[in-house]
Amino acid sequence: MTTARTGAGIRVEDLRIVLTGRGGGTDVVDDIDLVLEPGEVVGLVGESGSGKTTVGTSLLGYTRAGAMIESGKVLLEDRDVLALPWQQVRKIRGEEIAYVPQDPAAALNPSIRIGKQIVELMELRGLGTSESRLADARAGLEEVGLPSDDEFLRRYSHQLSGGQVQRVALAMAFMPKPKVLVLDEPTTGLDVTTQGMVLRTMAELCRSHGVAALYVTHDLAVVANIADRVAVMYAGQIAELGPRERIFAEPSHPYTRALLDSIPHLSQARALSGIPGRTPAPGARPGGCRFHDRCSVAEARCAESVPELRTIAPDHEVRCLRAGEIGSWDISRGTVPDADPSKAREVILEIGDLEVFYGAKRVVHGVSFDVGRAETVALVGESGSGKTTISRCVGGLHREWTGRIAFEGQELGKGSRKRSVDERKRVQYIFQNPYLSLNPRLTIEQIVKRPMELFGIASGKEATERVVDLLEQVALGPAVLRYQASRLSGGERQRVAIARALAAEPDLLVCDEITSALDVSVQGSIVSLLEELRLQRGISMLFVTHNLALVRSIAARVQILNEGRVVESGSVVEVMDRPREDYTKRLLSNSPRID
Amino acid sequence: MAETATLPEPLAETPPSQRRHGAAAWAAWLARRLGLSALTLWLVSMLVYVSTSSLGDPVRAIMGREYDADVARRTALTEQLNLDDPLPVRYLDWLRGLLSGDLGTGLASQRPVSEVIGPLVANTMVLVVIAAVVMIPVAFGIAMLSANYRRRRPDAAIQVVLLALAGLPEFVTGILLVALFATTVFQVLPAITLVAPGSTPWSTPEAMVLPVLTLVLAVAPYVSRIVRATLLEVLDSDYVELARLKGIPERVVMRKHALLNAIVPGIQVIALQLAWLAGGVVIVEAVFNYPGIGNQLVQSVRDHDVPVVQAISMIIAAVYVGVNLVADLLSILLTPRARTAISS
Repeated sequence: MTTARTGAGIRVEDLRIVLTGRGGGTDVVDDIDLVLEPGEVVGLVGESGSGKTTVGTSLLGYTRAGAMIESGKVLLEDRDVLALPWQQVRKIRGEEIAYVPQDPAAALNPSIRIGKQIVELMELRGLGTSESRLADARAGLEEVGLPSDDEFLRRYSHQLSGGQVQRVALAMAFMPKPKVLVLDEPTTGLDVTTQGMVLRTMAELCRSHGVAALYVTHDLAVVANIADRVAVMYAGQIAELGPRERIFAEPSHPYTRALLDSIPHLSQARALSGIPGRTPAPGARPGGCRFHDRCSVAEARCAESVPELRTIAPDHEVRCLRAGEIGSWDISRGTVPDADPSKAREVILEIGDLEVFYGAKRVVHGVSFDVGRAETVALVGESGSGKTTISRCVGGLHREWTGRIAFEGQELGKGSRKRSVDERKRVQYIFQNPYLSLNPRLTIEQIVKRPMELFGIASGKEATERVVDLLEQVALGPAVLRYQASRLSGGERQRVAIARALAAEPDLLVCDEITSALDVSVQGSIVSLLEELRLQRGISMLFVTHNLALVRSIAARVQILNEGRVVESGSVVEVMDRPREDYTKRLLSNSPRID
Repeated sequence: MAETATLPEPLAETPPSQRRHGAAAWAAWLARRLGLSALTLWLVSMLVYVSTSSLGDPVRAIMGREYDADVARRTALTEQLNLDDPLPVRYLDWLRGLLSGDLGTGLASQRPVSEVIGPLVANTMVLVVIAAVVMIPVAFGIAMLSANYRRRRPDAAIQVVLLALAGLPEFVTGILLVALFATTVFQVLPAITLVAPGSTPWSTPEAMVLPVLTLVLAVAPYVSRIVRATLLEVLDSDYVELARLKGIPERVVMRKHALLNAIVPGIQVIALQLAWLAGGVVIVEAVFNYPGIGNQLVQSVRDHDVPVVQAISMIIAAVYVGVNLVADLLSILLTPRARTAISS
């Protein structure tokens, strides 16, 4: 299916990258063999800490500070990129191997205009004339669906939206017509529509220009639509490598299966599950199979002998001792019935005719909906649709609004200062970014204890006991009590944030994109935790997200927002199976899916 | 599609009206800042006047033991300083004179203040400007060198030296330099500045070397350390990493991608240091006997020459305010985000 037009692809052989300095010699990634054919997109998938980005940048002969390439080859045609002197490596970069960064908003220079930045490399290399470069830049921008007029070329990166910046980065990478492209999670943080557009553009460009692409991501669902082959990485090694169809139809490594199990489906609700434990950091990786301590089908021998990558079908390699013995896999494993739309509801939160302003600008226009007891209602929309704004009004974090927000019939004040202690206690807010929402100077115990002291729920020894209880409920255990947040992973931090919200014994949790900064596998476990809490404690949830598949698995009702208006609402089954509005249909068709 | 729906178009209007609007916005910004500067200087003028007036009776201080004996001179001085008027009236008189360019008459020299300090202001300005012109490239160069060798031995050595220099009071640096180049070790440069009446210090350039060097050594370490810290931060940024991965040569990465974004904090600290120089030059001028406002200020305070002290204080304050205004303007011009925020 590959159409070799230009280039010969790139070949990684026996790559090993180790830490320098203290702990030197510890491998970050090890035993990586990978071939990218021209015109082929290979997905490189793994949790954070698996070494996928390290592999990605090593194709350009680059490692971040603190790591070095110890052995191995990166063969571009007959040249070994890793053995070349650095001046020549710089020359190969951009022209032959290009890179699309993870966070383009941070990766475009804030003080150079877009038009200049796109042609910078060609200008330095003296490729073409200034007119031809300008024409190329315009053509490149048009190719990725952006305006190409002078006005656009004169903009700075902060004057573009997230999706535009990402497409500028893509156009910039394609400009010198590279043979190999490395994309490092280029759509993380984009909403589904923009993500879909960027992905399609990238795949088209790769195929039409015969570029071999390595697409690095933590989300299998993203590569399900664009990759020809998929490599799943775990703890610095490739765990499974095969054609896309095989990886999704017959995943053979328990880790791949666990990853797939944590992905929500669009077509049916699922009981999502995470992978217990966390990706071991370099130096802390267990002996034997590196996955054995988190594996659900591990045997005694898995801890002892180190598995090799072995071929189980044409082009399909697996690093598992038990490959072939663990039975077949079914994509619809773990599906559960959708939330019943006809179930009786007892309304606990009522929002009527809500209009929200930022200064004189109205950003939410007459939104009305309600949330029932022990019910999850999802607010869905693209970035800028007002979903977070609404949730901030409910949480008392934004004060400029008119209309009615009533909790159990009592109207809530604008802003938390105008609310009674009891109202504040019963509505708790969880933030999107757990890296910023926990005070780095406090211990986890202090963080979780704080709401209890604030609301007079418990103090002293009793409070500590409750903290331990709560931490157990969020699957953390008392070991973290004395830790500061910096010692925890993203998923663990978000659990602490949830425990903190629960400490106030709330009746309503406002969850603002709480899983979008996390790995898919961690998202799975957070979602299953929330579901458990909802059922056990009868907590209601207002769940803000841009991920429709996630909505299907977590929510009973959904409000689709566009430009500050509810365009469609109803039960999840109804809206997702029989969408009426074009906007909803577009969101659905752009959502990456594996089912 | 989605883009047009979600993105507020900051530049959607037609270019000409945009430009006119931009110019008006800039004018408004500048007017506001100038207004604030004037307000600041007015407050400073009150403080200066009140504090110099509250130092005690200047007539008694000037006349010393003759105060009781020479009644005629006492009356004359009191009259010259308008000491019989209440403080607010005297202040307003002084302020009116200040605004119309009449700084009063120096008590020690009995000449108009502007005539006394005019040449001195020029001397000091030349000294400070030369020091700045030498210091800025040196400080940036050292910062780039240091950032290039980050956390390796040359960087560590540079940082130790810079910290030591920053820690030395400038009169100590000055005296050490004098000992090194003028008296004890080598005798290649003059230790003090001797200027014939009617001449300027820069007519004997070798006499300028040590004062300039002292000022540079006093100021460059701060600037260098700040620029190095910013450079390191910028060098760790995603866009520098991308520039490297894009295949841009390291030289260009450093110059165009890193330095351009590290320059703004540098400008702010340079402004603060220049403003400090305007006042801190006092001690250096005293060490080298350089005929500038600093030296004059010391002299005038000793002489209780109130009008001169007031005038020099106001000049130093004006330099402070002016330099900071220029620095803010430059920072905004060099930060696209801030620049476009004003013009759109």
